[in-house]
Amino acid sequence: MKGDDTVVLYGGNNNWFAAYAYWQFKLYGHADVKLLDGGRKKWELDGRTLTTDVPERAATTYTAKDPDVSIRAFRDEVVDAIGNKNLVDVRSPDEFSGKILAPAHLPQEQSQRPGHVPSAINIPWSKAANEDGTFKSDEDLAKLYAEEGYDADKATIAYCRIGERSSHTWVVLHELLGYGDVKNYDGSWTEYGSLIGVPIELGAPAKQGS
Amino acid sequence: MCGAPDQAVALPPGTDLTKETVLTGRVIAGGEPVSGAFVRLLDGTGEFTAEVVASPAGQFRFFAAPGTWTVRALSRAGNGQAELTAAGPGIHRAEIAVA
Repeated sequence: MKGDDTVVLYGGNNNWFAAYAYWQFKLYGHADVKLLDGGRKKWELDGRTLTTDVPERAATTYTAKDPDVSIRAFRDEVVDAIGNKNLVDVRSPDEFSGKILAPAHLPQEQSQRPGHVPSAINIPWSKAANEDGTFKSDEDLAKLYAEEGYDADKATIAYCRIGERSSHTWVVLHELLGYGDVKNYDGSWTEYGSLIGVPIELGAPAKQGS
Repeated sequence: MCGAPDQAVALPPGTDLTKETVLTGRVIAGGEPVSGAFVRLLDGTGEFTAEVVASPAGQFRFFAAPGTWTVRALSRAGNGQAELTAAGPGIHRAEIAVA
């Protein structure tokens, strides 16, 4: 694979892992990378062709570019963003409130403390996807975030537990809706919830608006 | 969960069913197993938790936690779902009929 190749990514779980790979490719400067909308699931449900052939490609050289930190947030930026930027916690409501430390089927990475970053809004990543794994329409996506108090005029940091689910949200906000300053905090709750001396909030989000 | 291990569910070696909550079952259409259905696990609030692909015999399996869950299947034979309540660790079963 070469740096100027077109890369098409797909996976399961609403392209959860494919979106993480997408963000990594973008982080290291790969220009032409795309997600197959709906991933493997929609491909199969649509009855499209599958093959067991293994492609043969000649070895080449791939040189990653310097990381583009305009799309990656680090912990101090997250602390500085409290009350200033959109902090979007894309985990499940039970993780956000502090009831659980990790999804039930993924107990491997856990923080020391439960909860969320103060002033964060909770918009679970999967709400951006239709049941067939495709992304919702731009209109529905913009509405989804606006209804939860997302301010499109502010910079954004998205996070989850280890930065994979929030990559999916990063794709939505930065690539589909075209919001300018959107970063993925891949240290996410596993890092933040293990830090000493940072503020943490517990409990369900306060309801926005009326 | 006590007694003889359940032979019908293939679990990784060393799985401790006094600690693990396993949700498992089959996807069926007209009484026949549906191979390759996409089965998703939704938590008590309806939130997406995980998704797996059913085996050739239509079987699915999730390691979860005690609580109330929905398992929902999408397949070329149709869609369907079932509710599951796991009061504690052990194996909990559900059959998902799709149409």
